[in-house]
This record gives sequence, structure tokens and C-alpha cells, in this order.
Amino acid sequence: MNMVNLKIDNINVTVPDGTTILEAAKKVNVNIPHLCYHPDQAVKANCRVCVVDVAGSKKLAPACSSYVYEGMEVQTNTKKVRDMQKGILELILANHDQDCLKCLRSGNCELQALCQRFNISKTNLDETIEALPLDNTNPSLVRDTAKCIKCDRCVEACQKVQEVHALTHSHRSVHYNVAPAYEMPLEQTFCVLCGQCSAVCPVGAIVEKDDTAMVWDAIQDPKKHVIVQVAPAVRVALGDMFNLPKGSIVTGQMVAALRRLGFDKIFDTNFTADLTIMEEGNELIQRLTKGGTLPMITSCSPGWINFIEGRYDHLLDHLSSCKSPQQMFGALSKSYYADITGIDPKDIYTVSIMPCTAKKFEAKRPEMKTNGVQEVDAVLTTRELGRMIQSAGIDFVGLEEDQFDNPFGIGTGAGAIFGATGGVMEAALRTAYEVITGKELPALEFKGVRGLEGIKECTVDIDGLELKVAVAHGLGNAKKLLKQIDSGESPYAFIEVMACPGGCIGGGGQPIKSTMDVKAKRIDAIYHIDEDLPLRKSHENPAVKELYEKFLGAPLGHKSHELLHTHYHSRGMKYNFKELMNK
Amino acid sequence: MSKTVSFITENFGKYDPYSIDSYLSIGGFTAIKNALAMSSNDIIEIAKKAVVKGRGGAAYDTGRKWSQAASVPGDNKVVICNADEGEPCTFKDRNVIENDPFRLLEGMVIAGYTVGAQNGYIYLREEYRHLRSLIQNAIDQCMEKGYVGDNIMGSDFSFHIHLYSGAGAYVCGEGSTLIESIEGKSGRPRIKPPFIKECGLFLLPTLVNNVETLAIAAAVLQHGVDEYIKYGTPESPGTKIISLAGNVKNPGAYEIPFGLTLREIIYDIGGGIPDGHNLLLFQLGGASGKIGPASIIDTPYTYADLAKQGLVVGSGGVLVVDDRTRVIDFVKSIQDFFIHESCGKCTPCREGNRQIAKIIDRFVAGNPKPDDLNTAERFANIMSNCAFCGLGETAQSALLTAIKHFPQEFDLEEVAVK
Repeated sequence: MNMVNLKIDNINVTVPDGTTILEAAKKVNVNIPHLCYHPDQAVKANCRVCVVDVAGSKKLAPACSSYVYEGMEVQTNTKKVRDMQKGILELILANHDQDCLKCLRSGNCELQALCQRFNISKTNLDETIEALPLDNTNPSLVRDTAKCIKCDRCVEACQKVQEVHALTHSHRSVHYNVAPAYEMPLEQTFCVLCGQCSAVCPVGAIVEKDDTAMVWDAIQDPKKHVIVQVAPAVRVALGDMFNLPKGSIVTGQMVAALRRLGFDKIFDTNFTADLTIMEEGNELIQRLTKGGTLPMITSCSPGWINFIEGRYDHLLDHLSSCKSPQQMFGALSKSYYADITGIDPKDIYTVSIMPCTAKKFEAKRPEMKTNGVQEVDAVLTTRELGRMIQSAGIDFVGLEEDQFDNPFGIGTGAGAIFGATGGVMEAALRTAYEVITGKELPALEFKGVRGLEGIKECTVDIDGLELKVAVAHGLGNAKKLLKQIDSGESPYAFIEVMACPGGCIGGGGQPIKSTMDVKAKRIDAIYHIDEDLPLRKSHENPAVKELYEKFLGAPLGHKSHELLHTHYHSRGMKYNFKELMNK
Repeated sequence: MSKTVSFITENFGKYDPYSIDSYLSIGGFTAIKNALAMSSNDIIEIAKKAVVKGRGGAAYDTGRKWSQAASVPGDNKVVICNADEGEPCTFKDRNVIENDPFRLLEGMVIAGYTVGAQNGYIYLREEYRHLRSLIQNAIDQCMEKGYVGDNIMGSDFSFHIHLYSGAGAYVCGEGSTLIESIEGKSGRPRIKPPFIKECGLFLLPTLVNNVETLAIAAAVLQHGVDEYIKYGTPESPGTKIISLAGNVKNPGAYEIPFGLTLREIIYDIGGGIPDGHNLLLFQLGGASGKIGPASIIDTPYTYADLAKQGLVVGSGGVLVVDDRTRVIDFVKSIQDFFIHESCGKCTPCREGNRQIAKIIDRFVAGNPKPDDLNTAERFANIMSNCAFCGLGETAQSALLTAIKHFPQEFDLEEVAVK
């Protein structure tokens, strides 16, 4: 690779040809201000905050989209550059609703940080904000265009990564907006509620719908028995909220914090992840041996379900009929758990902590009811849990580690890896192999389905039975596999799809600044958890075995079908949340 | 009127623009014939000698542009004729199309031959939809007679021409935006690099030339470059079609040799200001151009002389404003235009225009705030230094030059008295 020598603020830098000024500056500890730039996205160069002075050029150059050349001399901190950068920030701020103290992103807002850095004070710009009405009619996301700085990161996530194309631009000039086509609310679009837009938004223009107040109320309600489940991906990300190194495993502190918050019982979604494998693994075996629609596709990711129900509804038969681990937990909490504790299901309040914004919608689906009550009462994202812990004044980092409660506190390594792309596939293969062959797996790890490549595939030899499988994360990648099915060319028996890039550890509800680097660290942490666990196969989970013995009977049995399986609907462009909310 | 010349416009009124036979009868297609007998390099040398600076407004040397386009590797290239002509006070391209569509097509074929392109696209501004049938008819007739299409005039060279219109946005005159528009996307400029000469329309190497530029190319290839550069000055050789409008007695499109003074243009060609009014200012090159006061009216109309006065040729628009208009009202009309036409993509242009428009409104109403002038100037400079594309860079040209030449119009006390 050709190397290029240049000077940034009189410091010599050598970087590969094709590097931008912004990236080259990072190498010498110069952080050029930026808003539309995102390390995982294509260069957009529309905010213009990153302009710098390049010797020999009349205009200032955007550092994010200007490539280095031999002998280039860049100044990032001259009076002219600072004045221009500051002026652009002032322009952005003047059309940005400055209710910072009440904003969910306060303290974690890139615009706020830059305004602080540039010491922005009162200007005489006109601060009348022109915006669309607040879009808060869906259960997952709130869009506030009064805060939108039109950086286009969300559009990039929605169109290029997820290929959902719910978000786009409308109008031009001062009426330019980032919005769904015809400025419809999200609920009347093909939006899948994955929340990837909220994960990349530099400000508070798209945020998760905050449900913490209702959970606080439930905890305070003496008539309610409030239980909580925590998804596998949360424990490797929650530490970000408390400035711990990325990828820190904070399971023990997390359980301790949940106990301090006042939850009556703290359970592990890894348990129902194992249960999902029992059901889904057996469903796969049944489809393979007795005939059924192949390839079978996983159904754990609600953003993915929203996607296929919206755009590929003719392929719904390919979905596993298994509910997601969240909903399996919810169903058991309002049936088995009610039975063994003697608590009326109506008095059990089930909370989920999820890395996901679409889970909020999934919990509200009308079919997700058991014993006449909604299976999951409230879903909090990792971010919301972090805020609850901060709000309670808990010194998270110093907490003594605590453990999950029984009977839903035991999860195997197979359940743990559900949080990473390829994890459900690997967990299923571990179990399917042993169930089909009756032999012990020679090697537990299926490395072919691991990693951050968009589509992964491998062939597994199950005692002579060649099983071709594929894993996709990010809906753009999933779409490719669906098109293959459509054209009758899919060679696979089983496909895992997770809506978000990286899988659940990269979910739309995870702490802000989940870049691909951070996701890789979380994935490492997840596999670390797996390796450290004594049990690493779902069918060896003693609590799952006990559940089948005492309550469910056998996988795919009558009770399982009633509680743990579901069916899917074609939805067109409308979710019709109003109807859902009134139920 | 004798100060005008007739080189690019020589065919105007001489033939029926709906009839290829009529065009042939006045020596049509000699340019293509001459070009096909030359090598690409020969034509580039001729273009360089003619010193034709891009007539859309950016004034990039055509010979150089062609030379770069020819050297870009690729066996599938595109030539685009930019007929968007969105610049207010600019209508010379329309004049060329209306009067001499076949020469324009000749220019495209020559450009295609020179750079090695197989396809040409005419991007016609949506407001010129009444010219669609005229152009399409010319293309069809040329196809029939073998001047466009496969094996042009029996040669190995094949070149097809397609006609496109956008939805009517000023910014689509910008090369990369125009390409986005042809591709069916909304009209917003593309990030550079990649440059369109390497990766333009449908990701193919693309050459974009203005209507007038292509017409000159055809005229030069027909008559020889010496016939062209005998006009004008050594620095700015040749002729230019200007669009003269505003407060003049005889508005219209005129072909002039470079080097006439603005006085000659406004008074001798334009017939002067009507009704005995006095010249206040003129704006050159359309709404994105700079304004000049009456005191510099003896400046020769050449690239170098105008540059000395801080002015540009731009699109060739010459807008004359007399003393019935207040400077600030004129600035407001320009600001209104840009607030309508900004694409909204980048912060400086979207938000800068929003803020400056409000300040200009206060000046118009006679109640500016104490800091308004400084604020407007500051953000106008931010726009010209930091905007994404040429639209934002030049949107405040009128304001900034108005402040420079007419400071009293922005004086707080004077404004308040008025």
C-alpha cells in the first residue's frame, strides 16, 4: 500500500493513500469536530463542521471527505477554521430544540459536546424552529424533528444497512426534513422498529420510547409481584453506561443493581434461550425428517419478524413457529411461574431488559397473551436500564456481584451466545447434532458461523447428514438470502437472521456509540461467557429439563404449542398501533 | 446593434430548425465531417487553442476538460449536454436550442468522438419542456440520416443521444446533481471524489458541457479555430452569447466579442435605461453572480478585466438595475430565489440562507437589529467557504458585493430613517 506523508497542525503524519484528513488527524491525537461522520458509515460531508484549512486551497475543506496527498499541509485550529466551525455549530443550534436538560440524550449528545467544546453562547440568530409534529405513536421509537440536525446518519442506517427505506428526505432548503415518505408517522411505513436509526443519531432526534416511569410505578406498587428477565446481550454492553471498558462483562453487578432497584425476582433470558433451542432444534429436526418448509429461518429477532411480515410475507412459512426467548419467558412467567408460586398471573408484572427497541413492540402484539394477560408487561432497553440505575444513585461499578434467581436463573453457554450473530445457529447445531446422532459433539465451536461478515455459511456433517446453514445479520444481508429463497436457489436447510448488524449485541437499544469496533468486543465477551460456563449445550440445562418434566412434557408437545409457539401475519404498511394500544 | 457579432449564432434564422434538409442546405454537418477526419488529439488541440471557458458558469477550460475526459480509461463513456439553464437572467442556451438545434447535436457528437463516448444525454430544464419536441425531432432526423446513431457518416464511430428533463430545480444545473436527477434521484449534489469525469452518470466516466460550449465546438470545427479567435482579446479570445435583461430598452440574447465594455453592452446594444432613469447596479452571471456599481461601467467584458473588479462572466447574464429599485430589495429578490432553490443537504446553505433571509427581511422592513449586518456578513462568508456545492458557495455573492459597494444601504441609522 502506498504511504502518504503530510502535516497536520505542523505534526508529521504518514498514512496509507486513501485516508481522509479526519482519519489521519486521529492518528496524531487531533480530534477534528464532526457530526455527520460515523466510522461505520459512508462519508456524507453534509454537516460541514469538520472543515479545515488545506494550504493552497481557497476554500476550507471538509476533513471527512478530503483525502490526503503527499506533502499536504493541514491546519485544524486556525482562527478562520475555528470561526467557521463555530459558526456552523451556531447555525445548527439555532434550528435545534434546545431543551437539553429534558432530553434523553443530555450528557451523551454529540452536538452538546461540541457546543461545550466551542464555548457556544447566546447568538443573535433567530431560534424559531421549523419542525414536523412529534412522532411518538409507536411503542418503540420517538422521532422529534425539532432536534434533527439533518446529518443523514439514520437514513444511511435505514437505507444502506437495513435496506428498510422507511426514512428518507422530504422537501428542500429550509423545509428539508429527514422523515418517512410523505412525512407519515413511522407506524404507517415499513419501519421495522429495529432502532438502528436511534443508535446512530448524534442527538436526541430519534430515541427509544422511554418506559422507565411505568416500571418504577410497578415496582412501587405493593400489589404487584415484579419480575425481570435480562437478555444475553445486555450484560456485555451495560458497562458502557458507566464508563467501563467496552465489552466488559457485568452480569453480577447488573443483577445486584436490579435487586437494588426493587425487582422481586431477577431471571435470565439465557434460560429461555436454551428453551428456544429445545423447541426450535426439534422443529428443525421435524422439518428435516418429516417434511416441512425449508430453509427454516429463526424467529427470535422482532425487527426481522416485522421486516418479513411487511415485505416478504409470502415467505412466512419459512419462519420457525417458536416465540422469541423474551416471549417464551413471558409466557412461562404468566403460567408455570404463577403455578409454582401461587401468584395470580394478573398480579405478576413481567419486565424485560433488552438490547432492542423492536422488543417493545413484540411484547405488545395481541397474540402474545397467556392466561388472559399480556406475557411481557414492560420492555426496557439497555439504555433505559442504565438510566434507571443512574437515577437510583447506585454506584454500579462498586457493586458486589449477585446471582440470578431460580427457577429461571440457569442458562448454558448456548443461551449466552444468542446475543451475537451466529449464536442461535451455533446453539441450535450443538443440540441438533446430539439429539439426531445421540453422540457427543466432537468440537463445540462452530467457527464458520461466527464473526462480523454480513452473510456466513457452513456445512455441518451430522453423522452423514449434510446440513447447509447460513447466518445473516443486518436486514440488507437478510434480504439477499430471502431473494435466494424467492428464486428457488437457496441451498440452505436452516438460516439464522438477526435484524441488527452484529446481532443483539448491536441492537438498537444498546448504549450509544456501539460502533463495529465496540460490537466486536462485545462478541468476544459473549464467547468468553460461553467458554467459562460449565454447561454449554441447551439440552443439558437442568432447569430446562426440569421444566419439561414437571410442566411442558416434551418439546413441540401440546403445552409447548400453546405457550411457546406463535404464528405470523402479513402486515402491509400499517401496524395499527392504536388498536394495539387500546387492547 | 452593430457591436454584436455572428459566429456561434450565425445560423439563427437561416434555416428551419424542424428540418434537417434545411440545415443541410446551409452546410450543416460540415463540423462532424471535419471532426471525423481528425484524431481526438487534434480536436483537443483545437479546443485548447480556442480557449473556450465553460459557458455554464464555472469557466473551466474546455480543451483541458476534453483532454482529461479522453484520457480517463473506459470503453463506455457519457457526454452530457447541460441544458438546465436555471440561472435567473440567463436564456442564451434556450436561444441556441430554439434557433439551431442541429448545431448543438453536432457539438455533442464531436465531444463524444473526442472523448470516446458512446452515449449522450441532453438534460433539458423542465421549464423548457416546450422545446422537447423540437430537440427530439432533431435527434430523430439525425438518426435517420446517419448523423447520430451507429456508424456516423459511414465511420466506425457510433453515438446515441437521449433527451431527459428533471423536475425543475436550479441546483440540477450543477454537474453531479444533474447526474443524480437523470438517475431518478432527488436533486442533491454528490460527494467528490469520485469525480464525475471518472465516475459520473450510471457510474460511467462522464463529460458535462454547456449548450453554448458545445455549439462553439461545432462552429469552430466547421470554420476553423482562427475564424473564432479573431474575435475578442488575446486573453479572452472569441465571442460570448450574453443574456441582457432588466432595466434596458432592448433586452435579449446577443453574441458579442469579448472586450466590449459594459457601457457598450448596456447602452449601445441594450439601448440604455428606459424612461430616463439612471443605472444603479448590474449583476453579471445570474443570481449567483456578483454585483457591480455604475461607477465601473467602463470595464471591458473579458475574464481578466471583470476579475479585477471582483466580477465574473458566469453564465453570461447581464442584469441591469436602475435607480427605481432599492439595493436591499434587489438583494432580497436574490435571497428569495436561493431560499427556494437550496437543496437543503448541507448546513451552511440550508441554515445560512434561513438566517440571512430573516436578517435581509429586517433590513427591507427598516428595522434591523444592531448586530444584523455583522451576522449576515459572517454567515455569508461561512456559506461561501464551507458549503457543499457551488450553489451555497455563491448564494451570498450578491449580498456580500452589495455590502461592499453600497455600505450606506446597510447603515443602521440610514436604514431606520428610510
